[in-house]
Amino acid sequence: MPFWIELLICAFLLLGSLFALVGAIGLYRLPDFFTRLHAPTKATTLGVGGIIIASVIFFSVQKQGLSLHELLLTLFLFITAPVSAHMLSKAALQQGLPAMDKTRGRRWKDDGF
Amino acid sequence: MTRFAWLPHPGLSLLLTGVWLLLTNQLSLGHLLLGLFLGWVIPLLLRRYLIFVPRVRKPLKLCLFLLKVFWDIVVANLHVARLVLGPKERLNPAFLEVPMVIEDEFLLATLACIISLTPGTVSAGLTPDRKTLLLHALDAPDIKALVAELKHRYEAPLLEIFECSPT
Repeated sequence: MPFWIELLICAFLLLGSLFALVGAIGLYRLPDFFTRLHAPTKATTLGVGGIIIASVIFFSVQKQGLSLHELLLTLFLFITAPVSAHMLSKAALQQGLPAMDKTRGRRWKDDGF
Repeated sequence: MTRFAWLPHPGLSLLLTGVWLLLTNQLSLGHLLLGLFLGWVIPLLLRRYLIFVPRVRKPLKLCLFLLKVFWDIVVANLHVARLVLGPKERLNPAFLEVPMVIEDEFLLATLACIISLTPGTVSAGLTPDRKTLLLHALDAPDIKALVAELKHRYEAPLLEIFECSPT
């Protein structure tokens, strides 16, 4: 495997892990449930995205053939992640979890209002 | 829909075949045939449970739109990363209510998915009449501007690309 391809793979791996790390830090640092909910959307988009690109390049070069089944991960993640986030926040609204004092806008008590 | 009783969703069949070929990760005649068979049988068995997907009117615009969404995801990621690592006082969380023009089930779900995937905004609820979507935003200094931007960036193109009547 040429050196520059290894470099490229490393760059994408580092980028992906960096964003996954930022997502984890967000999960730890952010003050309330609703703001913490934003952290996983980062990890599932750019974090997984970078690692998937690195994997596609690595296996395509190693096996001398296009390896694209990692792309399915993106498809499945993009379908499931928003749904789970939506359900989580609906449950949090119904349970009346506290939000940050600064939060503006009207929150709904239950489904609808 | 009743035109082809034996092939209810040609698009879905092709998609399933593609997914099968990607899952096996090799291109051979046997897997192609097996994929086509699965793509034919699964929609046939599930046809009573599948929701209606509106026809794509402008395929080229759809591709451009998807590229734009990917780009927005990257940009928003950087923005949220800065917010997460910066001081907490800089956060401006807010609940937003976005009035929806889209009525179609599939497009509404797509729009909510796109909004949730862009870091910084998460869909949090929908009224039973499907007219208003509740969002939570991590950083919304100007609520009205953000709502207008979301409608302009994502809702209007979806309405234009897919064949459906805005009511």
